[in-house]
Amino acid sequence: MAQPAISDHEVELRLATLLRAGVLAAAGLVLAGGVVYLIEYGAMPPHHQTYTGEPDDLKRVSGIVKGALGHSGRGLIQLGLLVLIATPIARVALSLYAFARQRDRTYVLITAFVLALLVGSLLQP
Amino acid sequence: MSTLTFTLLVGLGSFVAGLLGALTGLGGGVVIVPLLTLAFGVDFRYAVGASLIAVIATSSGAAAAYVREGFTNVRIGMFLEVATTIGALLGAYLAGLISTSVLSVVFGLVLLYSAYAAVRPKPEHVVSVRDPIAVRLRLDGSYPGVDGEKEYHVQRVPLGFGAMLGAGALSGLLGIGSGALKVVAMDQAMCLPFKVSTTTSNFMIGVTAAASAGVYLARGYIDPGIAMPVMLGVLAGAMLGVRVLARTRQKVLRIVYALVIAVVAVEMIYNGAAGHI
Repeated sequence: MAQPAISDHEVELRLATLLRAGVLAAAGLVLAGGVVYLIEYGAMPPHHQTYTGEPDDLKRVSGIVKGALGHSGRGLIQLGLLVLIATPIARVALSLYAFARQRDRTYVLITAFVLALLVGSLLQP
Repeated sequence: MSTLTFTLLVGLGSFVAGLLGALTGLGGGVVIVPLLTLAFGVDFRYAVGASLIAVIATSSGAAAAYVREGFTNVRIGMFLEVATTIGALLGAYLAGLISTSVLSVVFGLVLLYSAYAAVRPKPEHVVSVRDPIAVRLRLDGSYPGVDGEKEYHVQRVPLGFGAMLGAGALSGLLGIGSGALKVVAMDQAMCLPFKVSTTTSNFMIGVTAAASAGVYLARGYIDPGIAMPVMLGVLAGAMLGVRVLARTRQKVLRIVYALVIAVVAVEMIYNGAAGHI
């Protein structure tokens, strides 16, 4: 049996819930990572005046996930930031699902294109 | 200065930025880069990375509230995100090739424009004619007015789309939300009601910023030690700002904030031109 179509307003409410949950989860991870980071490095001098780039485990999605599991403060913060970046991307994915349920072919194509660009930029080799 | 002091000061500065951004509706992201580079001597690239994180956090948080109110036009947002996403990827790519001094001057010019946009007169250009492209893309919509739902018809879609390419490119280049430019593209070029323009712009900002964030992350511009206090500070400030919004004199605040932004803009242009950034 075909699933019933969902109204634009229902979709909007789900989008709002998703955005809120994503931001809160990210903030929680960043806060926890921040506490660990300050215990580790709080007394040392900061070194942000010169640009050195980040090590690989703070730049690549796979590296960040591994680093966070290793309980390093910096790794945990970076995981929270990754959740934050993924939140609008998840919102686009939810829009794609909703347009597909509404059988709106034009918007399925538009949304799929944007989603492909976003995922491609985050998971670039 | 220890890392702890640095973290607390950056967190406090970002809190004030988030608070003012929410109270004036201008967003907190626009002053994060000047705050970090001018006041704390942070490298421009790290500042841009942290600013982009702040932009994603505040716009996603605010979008959740606006979408519920029914002003946001999700179809217009989705359609124009094609332009802002392509623009943002292009801008983020170019950011790695242009010297930070030049970027700082461009940043100052965009800030000056944002200050002007905050106080500019905002005539509504509501039109009753239907545009065939807008009809084909089902962009027309309605919003809750004082006396019931009000309809609007979207105009000049290609012009708006082109302007959004530019707004996206500046967002990727400078790590800002480009909210002021997105609003102009919608309310001036596409003749959308002002409240629909601002909320739909905010809805799009997170996606635009997420596109460049992937590039910034891979390039090592996003440093956890800087992004952490910026994100938490801006978010806390914005949440408080939204709570006290009803009790403030917004007009006076907007003018004061616009003046602050204009002064900061001149500082950015001067420091960039003198090669200090």
